[in-house]
Amino acid sequence: MPTEFGQKSHDTLVDAKLQLAIYTATGRLKEKRIEAVSNDALPDYQELRTQANDIKKHTIDNLDHYLEEFERNVTAHGGKVVYCKDGTEVSDFVLALAKERAAHLIVKSKSMTTEEVDLNERLEHHGLESVETDLGEYILQLAHERPYHIVAPALHMTRFQVADLFERCLHVPQETVIEKQTALARSVLRQKFLAADIGISGANFLVADSGAVVIVENEGNARLTTSAPKIHITVAGIEKVIPRAQDLATFLKLLARSATGQLLSVYTSFLSGPRRAGEIDGPDEFYVVLLDNGRTRLLPDKSKRQSLYCIRCGACLNTCPVYRKIGGHSFPWVYSGPIGAILTPQFMGVQHEPALPFASSLCGACGEVCPVKIDIPKILLELRSDVKKADAREHKNRLEKLGFRAFAWMMTHPRIFEMAGRIGRSMGWPSGNKGPMGAWLSERDLPPLPAHSFRDLWRRR
Amino acid sequence: MSRDYILHRIRTALGRGAGQAVADPPPARIRVPQVSMELRVASMLERVRALAGEAVASSDPCAVVANLIAGKTALASNAPYLAECGICGLPGVRSGITGREELREICATVDIGITSADYALADTGTLVLLSSPREARMISLLPPAHIAVVPRERILTGLDELFALLPNPAEASSSMVLITGPSRTADIEQILVRGVHGPGQLTVIVV
Repeated sequence: MPTEFGQKSHDTLVDAKLQLAIYTATGRLKEKRIEAVSNDALPDYQELRTQANDIKKHTIDNLDHYLEEFERNVTAHGGKVVYCKDGTEVSDFVLALAKERAAHLIVKSKSMTTEEVDLNERLEHHGLESVETDLGEYILQLAHERPYHIVAPALHMTRFQVADLFERCLHVPQETVIEKQTALARSVLRQKFLAADIGISGANFLVADSGAVVIVENEGNARLTTSAPKIHITVAGIEKVIPRAQDLATFLKLLARSATGQLLSVYTSFLSGPRRAGEIDGPDEFYVVLLDNGRTRLLPDKSKRQSLYCIRCGACLNTCPVYRKIGGHSFPWVYSGPIGAILTPQFMGVQHEPALPFASSLCGACGEVCPVKIDIPKILLELRSDVKKADAREHKNRLEKLGFRAFAWMMTHPRIFEMAGRIGRSMGWPSGNKGPMGAWLSERDLPPLPAHSFRDLWRRR
Repeated sequence: MSRDYILHRIRTALGRGAGQAVADPPPARIRVPQVSMELRVASMLERVRALAGEAVASSDPCAVVANLIAGKTALASNAPYLAECGICGLPGVRSGITGREELREICATVDIGITSADYALADTGTLVLLSSPREARMISLLPPAHIAVVPRERILTGLDELFALLPNPAEASSSMVLITGPSRTADIEQILVRGVHGPGQLTVIVV
C-alpha cells in the first residue's frame, strides 16, 4: 500500500508537463541565485552567511530575551503584541477584534505562517471575507490549493489553467495573455484594498531593538496590506526575531539573492507601530501576533533547533534533486523541499510522515546553498534516527533489525562473507519487484555480477 | 493570552531563567566603502535602468518632470524639496494634501505620484522613503507611475551606510520603505510582468 506521500510523488513523476514546469522554474531560480552570490557579485558572501548564522544562533539561544525586548519596543511605539499557542488562538484574536471594530473584509499578503494554521479558512468559516493579494496566492486561493513553493507559490500552474480559473471564479472571458491576467487581478484586488477593514501580513524579520516588522516583497501588495486599512495585524513565528536593525544589512543582502537572485526585492518595508502624529497615512492600529504552533518543540535539542534559523528563501528547494522531481504538493504539509523535510517532522512529530527524512539523497546541496548555514543533511540523519527509534519502541522493525544484525555479523567474519559472496554470484540478483527489496529494486538497475570476487582476483594475481 | 505559557516553554527548553541577562550579540557587520559622488550617481542611474526603471541626472528636474507629465495628472508629496524645484507649481500637479481619505482618493485616480526620497542606495539603485508629514506612503504606491526627485548628496553607497546613519529607523518614522525598481511579479509561468499592485513605471531623477 503506497502512502499518500508515495502516491503523490508517483503522480508527479509521471506527469510530463508538471515535470517540465518544476524543472524549468526551479532551474531558473537556481541559476539566478548562483549568479547573484558569485564572487564577482558578492565577494563577502561566505562571511555574510557566517555572520547570519552567528546572529540566528545567538538569538534563538536567547529567544525569550529578544521576544520581550521586541514586545517592549512595539508597545513603546503604540502597537500591541499578542502571543498565540496555535491557529485557534490566532483566529480567535482576529475574530474578536473584527467583531469589536465591525470589520468584514480582510486583505492578506503572503505568509507561510498563516498557511500553517489555515487562517483564511478559519476566518471565512466565521463569515469574514479574507482575500489573498499576492498574485500567486490569489490564484491558489481561487483554486483552493496550497502553495507549491515557498517563494513561487503557483509554480505548477500554466496560463491556461489560470485563464480557466479566472473565467470560472471571476466570470470574465477567457484570457490567456499573462500581462492581461495580471492586470485583471490588479483591478479586482485594488477594489479590495481600498475597501478593506483589516490587513494581515506575515513578516520576514522582527527587529527587537526597534520593535519593527520587516516585510520583503516584489508586487506592492504587502505595502498596500500594511498601509491602506486602518488596522494592520502581523502574524509571525516567534523565531523571526533578530536583535538589531543593523543586522538587516546582513540578512537583506542574503535573502533576495538566495530567493530570486535579485540584489534586493522591490519593496522592503520596515514598520514600527501605527502611524504617528502628523503622518498622513498608515494604520491607526498595529498588532503583532507571535505564533508558537510547535516551534518551542524544536528548542530543547541543541542541534535540531537550528531548523528555526530558516529565513524562507526557498534556495534549498530549487537545488534539491528530490524536490525538483516530486514537486511541492507531494510533501505532507505547507513546507516542502529539504526545509519541509526537516520542519514537518519536528512540528508535527516524526510519525506524521515517517518517510519524509528518508526522501533525500543526502547529496548535501541544500546545506551548501542555505544562506544561514542550516546543516539540513545532518538534521535529516538525526530525524531518520528518531524515526527508527520510534519504530523500535513500537517493535515495528524487528525484521529489519535482524537483517542488519546478520549483515554486521557477515561483514565482520571474512569466511562467512566469502561464502555469502560465492552463493550470491551463483544465484544472481533477485528479480522482479516483489519481496522485501521490491520497492528499492523497482527504481534501480543493478550492475551485472562479476564472475570472480576481488579476493579471487587478488589471490590469482 | 498565552504569553506567559510560551515564554515559560522557551525558557525551560533553553535552560534560562526569567530576565536572565544575555551575552552581547555578535557585533553587527557594517562595512561602508569609500565611493566618490560621481561613481555613486553613475551606479544609481545604472542600477535603476537595469531594473527597467528610467533614470536621469539633471540640473533642471522641473523641466524633466514637466516633460513626463505632458497632459497627465499627478500628485506631488509635501516634501519641501519638490516645492523648491518648482514641481508643485506645474500644470496638472496637485500638492499639499494632508488628509488621509482625500489623499487616498487622489492617489487612486491620478496617473503619476511624485515624491522625493530621504536617501538612495547607489549599489542597488534603491530609494529610501520614510513616512512623515512630508512623504505619505500612498503616493509612491497607488498611482501607476512613480517619479522620485533626489538631490545627489542623499545618495549613499548602500545598505550598510543606511543602517550606519539610521541605526534605529523606528525612531524617525512608523514606516521606512526601500524601493528597488518598479513593482513586478513572475507568479504565472515565471514570466516577468511589471506593475502588479505598485507602480509599473519608475523614474528616478538625480539632481
